[in-house]
Amino acid sequence: MIGRDLLGIEDLDRADLERILETAERMQEVGTREVKKVPTLRGRTIVNLFFEPSTRTRTSFEIAGKRLSADVVNFSPTSSSLTKDESILDTARTLDAMAPDAVVVRHKVAGVPKRIADALAAPVINAGDGAHEHPTQALLDLLTVYQEKGRIDGLSVTIVGDVLHSRVARSNIYGFLKLGAEVRVAAPPTLIPPAIETLGVKAFTSLREALDGADVVMALRIQRERLDGAYVPSIREYSATFGLDRTKLRFAKDDAIVMHPGPVNRGVELSHDLADHRPSVILDQVRNGVALRMAVLYLFAGRPVAAAQEG
Amino acid sequence: MGRILIRRGRVLDASSNRDEKADVLIEDGRIAAVEPSLDTSGAEAIDAGGLWVAPGFVDLHAHLREPGQEYKEDIASGGRAAVAGGFTTLACMANTHPANDDPAVTDYILDRARQDSPARVLPIAAATKGLEGAVMTEMSAILRAGAVAFSDDGKTIMDSGVMRRVLEYSCMVDAPVIVHAEDCTLVGHGVVNEGPVSTRLGLPGNPAVAEAVHVARDLLLAQLTGAHLHVAHVSTAIAVELIRRAREQGIHVTAEVTPHHLTLTDEATLGYDTNAKVAPPLRSAADVRACRKGLAEGVIDAIATDHAPHAVHEKDVEFTAAPSGLIGLETAFAVVLDLVRAGELQPLELMQRMSANPARILRRAGGSLAVGAPADVVVLDPQKEWLYDPAKGFSKSRNSPWAGRTLVGQVKLTLVDGRVVYDVARGVLLP
Amino acid sequence: MPNPHTPPSSPTERPTAQRPGAPRSGDERVVLDDTAIRRALVRIAHEVLERNEGQDRLYLVAIPNGGVPLARQLAENLRSISGLELPVGILDTTLYRDDLTLRGERPPLRRTEMPSAVDGRIVILVDDVANTGRTIRAAMDALMDFGRPSGVQVVALVDRGHRELPIRIDYVGKNIPTHARELVILRGRNGSLEPPLEVVVVSKGGDA
Repeated sequence: MIGRDLLGIEDLDRADLERILETAERMQEVGTREVKKVPTLRGRTIVNLFFEPSTRTRTSFEIAGKRLSADVVNFSPTSSSLTKDESILDTARTLDAMAPDAVVVRHKVAGVPKRIADALAAPVINAGDGAHEHPTQALLDLLTVYQEKGRIDGLSVTIVGDVLHSRVARSNIYGFLKLGAEVRVAAPPTLIPPAIETLGVKAFTSLREALDGADVVMALRIQRERLDGAYVPSIREYSATFGLDRTKLRFAKDDAIVMHPGPVNRGVELSHDLADHRPSVILDQVRNGVALRMAVLYLFAGRPVAAAQEG
Repeated sequence: MGRILIRRGRVLDASSNRDEKADVLIEDGRIAAVEPSLDTSGAEAIDAGGLWVAPGFVDLHAHLREPGQEYKEDIASGGRAAVAGGFTTLACMANTHPANDDPAVTDYILDRARQDSPARVLPIAAATKGLEGAVMTEMSAILRAGAVAFSDDGKTIMDSGVMRRVLEYSCMVDAPVIVHAEDCTLVGHGVVNEGPVSTRLGLPGNPAVAEAVHVARDLLLAQLTGAHLHVAHVSTAIAVELIRRAREQGIHVTAEVTPHHLTLTDEATLGYDTNAKVAPPLRSAADVRACRKGLAEGVIDAIATDHAPHAVHEKDVEFTAAPSGLIGLETAFAVVLDLVRAGELQPLELMQRMSANPARILRRAGGSLAVGAPADVVVLDPQKEWLYDPAKGFSKSRNSPWAGRTLVGQVKLTLVDGRVVYDVARGVLLP
Repeated sequence: MPNPHTPPSSPTERPTAQRPGAPRSGDERVVLDDTAIRRALVRIAHEVLERNEGQDRLYLVAIPNGGVPLARQLAENLRSISGLELPVGILDTTLYRDDLTLRGERPPLRRTEMPSAVDGRIVILVDDVANTGRTIRAAMDALMDFGRPSGVQVVALVDRGHRELPIRIDYVGKNIPTHARELVILRGRNGSLEPPLEVVVVSKGGDA
C-alpha cells in the first residue's frame, strides 16, 4: 500500500510499483505537449532538501515539480560531518514549520530520510540515502526496461559493480524482484555486500557467468577513492575485469540493453563507445526520470495528511 | 537502626542454594534470620506474598559519566537508576573525563558515591593511561584507592604487547582485567552487525569476527600470564564457544552478557533507531541463542547492563554519527526475566547471574542472604506489567530501545544495608 | 503493469447504513439500455451535423473512461450519415480536477491521446454523465493546454442536472433527474466498456 512517504522500494508491493509506473507513463504524455505543465499541484510547495549535492537528481525533481505547477524550493544545508551545529532533525523541524507539501531528501548517511519522515508532518520522498535506497532511480530504471522490453516478468537483470556502496543496486534489486525478474550481481568479492543472497539475488565474481543470458545489464558508478587499493587494487584492474565494453557484452543476450545511473566514469564502468550508443539507454533513463518523478509527486505530495496516513 | 521483616516471599538465595517461601529478618543493616516462619513483633513488616526476595543485584558494567559528562548521567542519578532497577552495587567504567586512570579520580568517584548514591559504587580503573592502550596505569595505587578491576572499556587495547603486560601486571595486584573485545581494524566504520540487516540498511557492518579475534587473542594471553580475564558484553556465538573451550582448558576467564544481547537482535535497528546502536552491536538470532545458552550453562557467568547514557541531542542524529550505547539499569530485571519465562533459566539461576556471580568476579561480598551479610535485598514482582517511559525514570538519559514498551517484571523494593532506598510506590528514598 | 483497459475507478463509496425510506443500498435500475444508447447517439449525430452545417473541422474528444466508447460510436454514426471522417481524441481530466487536495488517495490517471492539433477546430467533448459541470470545466482547461480551438461543444449521454458551475450541455442523450445519493454509471459487459452498454442508477443508501 502506498503510504505517506516514499522511503524505499523495499516498502512497496507489486501493485504499488505498477501503479507508480502506470502513472509515470501517463505523465510522459504531458511532456510531449506544447504546454508541458498541468495545474495539479498549483499552490503546493515542494522542498528539495539535499544534504549531499546532486545536480541531476535535484534538477529532475525540480522540473517534475514545476511541470505539476508546484512551487519548488531548493534547500541545501552545508552539512559535512564537521559542522554539526544544527542537527538534521532540527533542520527538518524548521522546514516543517514552513508547512511544505512534500520534502525530497538526499543524504549521504543511510536512514536519514526515515528519521526526518518520523519527525515531519509532510510526506518525505527519499532521493537517495547512503548505501540504502534510491527509490526514484530504481523506478525510472524499471520504467525504462518495461518500455524497452515490453515486460519485466521473466527478464534476467545483471547489476555490475560496487554493489556494496550502492543504493541504486539495492532499490533495483527490490524493484526487479518484486516485478518478477531474476537479478544477479557481479563484482569483486570486496564489493559484494555480506549476505546479499538473502535479498534473493545470485552473486558472481565472474562477469562472464553473470552476463550469461542477461536481458538487461546495469553498470553501477564506482567512486574513484574506492579504486585505490582499499577495495580494488587499481582502476586498471577494475576496468579490465568489470568494465563493460562491446566484447564483454557478447556474453549477454544479443538484444541486451545497457543501463547506468550516471554520471558515467568513461573507460572505467563503461567503454566510451558503449556510454553513448545503443544498446545503452542512458539518456532514456534520464528522460524517464522527469515523468517518473512527476508520478511520484502526484501520488505522494500535497495529499491531506490525515487521509494519506491511513493509506 | 530498626528491624524489618520481609514476610512470606519466595526467597531466592543462590549462595545457600535456597529457593523457598520464607521470612527474612533484617536487624542493624544485616540479615538476622531467614526462616520459614519468623514471629517478630516490633519489626516493620513488609508483605512479600507472591513476590521474590533476593540479594540485591550487582552490576559489573555501568557508565556513570562522572566526572566530565554529567549532562548524560552522574553518580547521583546513576545510583538512583540502579536502585530503581534492583541494583544495590554497581561497578562503573573508567571512560570518564578525565578517565579514571589515577587514584585521585578513583577517590573522587568514591567520595561522590558516598554522598550521593543510594547504591554502592565500585570504580573500575583504566588499564592504560588515558585509555590510550599504550602506558599501564598505577594499578597498585589505584587499587589502594578503592578500585576493584581494570578496563579500557569502550576501547580495545589493540597492541598485543601492551595487553600482555597489563595481564601480567594484574596478577601481582590480583584484580580482574575486563576487556572490550573488538578489533577496531575489522570493525572499521561498522555501526550495525554485519549480515543481512546491514545489507538491507545500507549501513557499514561490524562483523562477529571482530569480537572473536580479540577474545581469542586475550584468552591466549590469559593462558600465558595466568591472569584473571573478564570478557565484557559477549555478543557472538563464536566468542561463547571460544570461552567455553578456554574454561575447559582451565584458563582463568569469566564473562558477562548484557540484557540487550540476550533479547534483541540486529533487526531492532531496522528502523534506524539510534537507541539500538550499541557496541558491540546487536547480533543475529543465532548469536542471541548462543549467548542465552552460554549463560544458562554457566559459560557466561553474569548479566551486566553496560548502562551507557547519552543525551537526546547526541542520539538525534544520523545513525553513523550517533554514539553507541543504551541505558539498561531500570529495565534489566524485566528484560532478562524473559529467560525464565522461556524456561531457559530457573529463577534462582537468574538471581545468581545477577548478584552472586558478579560479586564473586569482583571478589566482593554481596549476592548473599546469609545471616550476618549486609542486608542488600531486592523484592521483585515477576508478574507485574508496567509501561516503561524513560522520561519518568531516574537516569538523566532516555536512550533505551525499550522506551514505550510494556515490560513484565518489576522491582518493588530495594534495600541497601537494611535501609529501604527504593520503593516502587514512593520512588528513591534518600536518608 | 500499465494496462490501458483498467476498469473505470468505480464510484467508491461503499453502501453504508440504511435510512428508513431511502432506496435500499445497492438497488439499481437500468435507465438506458444498449438500444436506447445507440438511438440517442444517432440522434445526437444528426444534431451535431445540423448545428455545425458546412463545418468540416470538427474534433471529437472523449473524456475517459465512459466518453471513449460513446465518442467512437458517435464518430461512426457521423461517418455513416455524412461520410465525414472525424479524428477522435482522448483527454484525461484528472490532473485538472479541483478536488485533488480533498482526497487522501490520488485517483489513477487515464490515457490521453490527442492525435490532432486542436487549433482552429470545433472540439466536441464527449462525456457519459454530466452532473456538476466540474469535469467539463477541467476538460476545457486541459483542452486549452493543447491549443486554441475555434469552439467547444459538449455531448453528455446522461444529464443529471445538479450543476454547480455555469456550464451548458449542447447535446443530451437523456435528462435523468436523480437524487444526490444516487450514482449514475455507464457500464458494459462484465465491468468493461464493451457493448452491450447500459446506464444504471445505483442507490448509495445512507449518507451521500
